[in-house]
Amino acid sequence: MSVAKRIVIEPVTRVEGHGKVTILLDENKKVIQARLHVVEFRGFERFIQGRPFWEVPVLVQRLCGICPVSHHLAAAKAMDRIVGGENLTPTAEKMRRLMHYGQMYQSHALHFFHLASPDLLFGFDADVAIRNVIGVAGKFPDLAVQAVLMRKYGQEIIKATAGKKIHGTGAIPGGVNKNLSIAERDVFLKDVEQHLAWAKSAVKIAKDYTVQNLAMLAPFGSFESNHMSLVRGDGAMDLYHGNLRAIDAQGETIFDQVDYQHYVDFIAEEVRDWSYMKFPFIRSIGPEKGWYRVGPLARLNTATFIDTPLAEAERKEFRAVTAGKPNNITMAYHWSRMIELLHSMEKIQELLNDKDLQGTDLVVKGERREVGIGLIEAPRGTLFHHYKVDKNDLVTQANLIVSTTNNNEPMNRAVAKVAQDHLQGVEITEGLLNHVEVAIRAYDPCLSCATHALGQMPMEMTVLDQEGQILDQKSRG
Amino acid sequence: MNRRIQRILLYGFGNPARGDDGLGPALAAAIEELDIPDLAVDANYQLTVEDAAEIAGYDAVVFADAATQGPTPFWFSRVDDTAVKRVGNTIGSIGWTSHSVSPAQVVALARDLFASKVAAYALGIRGYKFGDLDEALSLRAMDNLSYAVTFARRALVERQFEHYVQEFGHPAAG
Repeated sequence: MSVAKRIVIEPVTRVEGHGKVTILLDENKKVIQARLHVVEFRGFERFIQGRPFWEVPVLVQRLCGICPVSHHLAAAKAMDRIVGGENLTPTAEKMRRLMHYGQMYQSHALHFFHLASPDLLFGFDADVAIRNVIGVAGKFPDLAVQAVLMRKYGQEIIKATAGKKIHGTGAIPGGVNKNLSIAERDVFLKDVEQHLAWAKSAVKIAKDYTVQNLAMLAPFGSFESNHMSLVRGDGAMDLYHGNLRAIDAQGETIFDQVDYQHYVDFIAEEVRDWSYMKFPFIRSIGPEKGWYRVGPLARLNTATFIDTPLAEAERKEFRAVTAGKPNNITMAYHWSRMIELLHSMEKIQELLNDKDLQGTDLVVKGERREVGIGLIEAPRGTLFHHYKVDKNDLVTQANLIVSTTNNNEPMNRAVAKVAQDHLQGVEITEGLLNHVEVAIRAYDPCLSCATHALGQMPMEMTVLDQEGQILDQKSRG
Repeated sequence: MNRRIQRILLYGFGNPARGDDGLGPALAAAIEELDIPDLAVDANYQLTVEDAAEIAGYDAVVFADAATQGPTPFWFSRVDDTAVKRVGNTIGSIGWTSHSVSPAQVVALARDLFASKVAAYALGIRGYKFGDLDEALSLRAMDNLSYAVTFARRALVERQFEHYVQEFGHPAAG
């Protein structure tokens, strides 16, 4: 009988099972499986059922303190369908886009500078006591200040377009409830050039790091995969709206220009008994090989081009690294994320100079429907909102596929690859934990649909055998 | 020296859709209605790095949040940012996936990046029910909130924060 062992890496927070990693070894201490356990928000359907549909774009923001704008806009897009108002006025669409690019800008800045850059600036194996935002602030104070101000700029755009910093109400079924005043616009225009310069320098940091360390990064947590995102009708990257495109690891089209109202014909979700989080896959390929990546890396791979000049030039350099083929390097997420950050800033500049933002035609309505599906390219990847609404305007059914769920299988694969390459024996070393962290962080998973009260517990790592006996245990934090 | 602190920010944080995690924003909402002079009130799901830029503009900040432990109905302690050194202290570490930071980390960032000397305090309101999506506070948490609001109203008017730390401090806090 083989004696398999499980190694569990568990960050314990007040919310039970916030996330943990289990690595299964065979009798020869070889990694045969890795599982990333993520507890998604629970009880969402119960929470949303019976609510009037027009409340949903506000309510769903309570799912997540990290990407409330993405949920707000995806829900609003779904409710546009319910009221027959999906053909938004120019002012409404551009206000929503500005909100979305503001969200993308601040989210990508936060992730790169405050979560990822410590890994890159100090090295994967640096002490966690140094490898953090405080360490960056100490050693690279100008960079840290810049990052805080980039984040703040995006947050202020969200506040101006959504109406409030949290629980924004800007997007409503069929449109928006405010435009952007000249005074608000001028506040943002004043700093646009500075932020463009910072965005360009951020791309350079990520690019230089990736290119200079390509030999080390290329195999790190990497594997071939399918990629999926929304793209515009002409194939351009479009983070707010478009049709679904999926390609395989070689760049061959799996499907293209799929109207996401029919996504259920193309995407299915597999349930596995060990995880609360489902595993989406492309129906035509099946669960075994049909899983895919979403997010910045996938979007850089699926898009034919980017319609802003600075980001497009960077995209071409990015694609040249893999000779035009899809880039399957997990750590290239960071570079692709910064190209999107630059693209978002270019879009913000473009929108701020568009007089439609001062328009007063804000809402449209049309033929009432009972099903509404809204998709958006959130910072972490494609976000699906799907609702059924009855004749009394109450939500009867809801299904969400969040970006992190779309990346579920790839994150598991990344952990497995890192464990195979870096686990020695059965002991959880600091090095193993560091490398697993770095690989997961590349995906920028949103595990924060949780609480953050005073009294947070440290990360805990446990080694268990097949019978559940603890062989090793470490904590960090 | 009892110079009245001039610029104060009350910052409630937590997710109102996560049961008692909403205690911080609930307290902020209650205090905002009181319209206390020279007091700014803000709320968010969690603290993030850009909050360092915001708090740097104040003489004092009071973070209000749900507490999983400590005295009932609330405790009030100084936020010890000195433990968050630029290098070499694990309190400064950011979780492997979390996008939020602690009050001490925000204060340390304000100190290191914006030369802030903001005095920072934490008001922990004891909660009991966390996790599932639920907009309602538990009954016990509601009781605790009413005591905390009464205290915060007095504290934010009188502004003798060090005195309150002596009276309501919690050794494990900060």
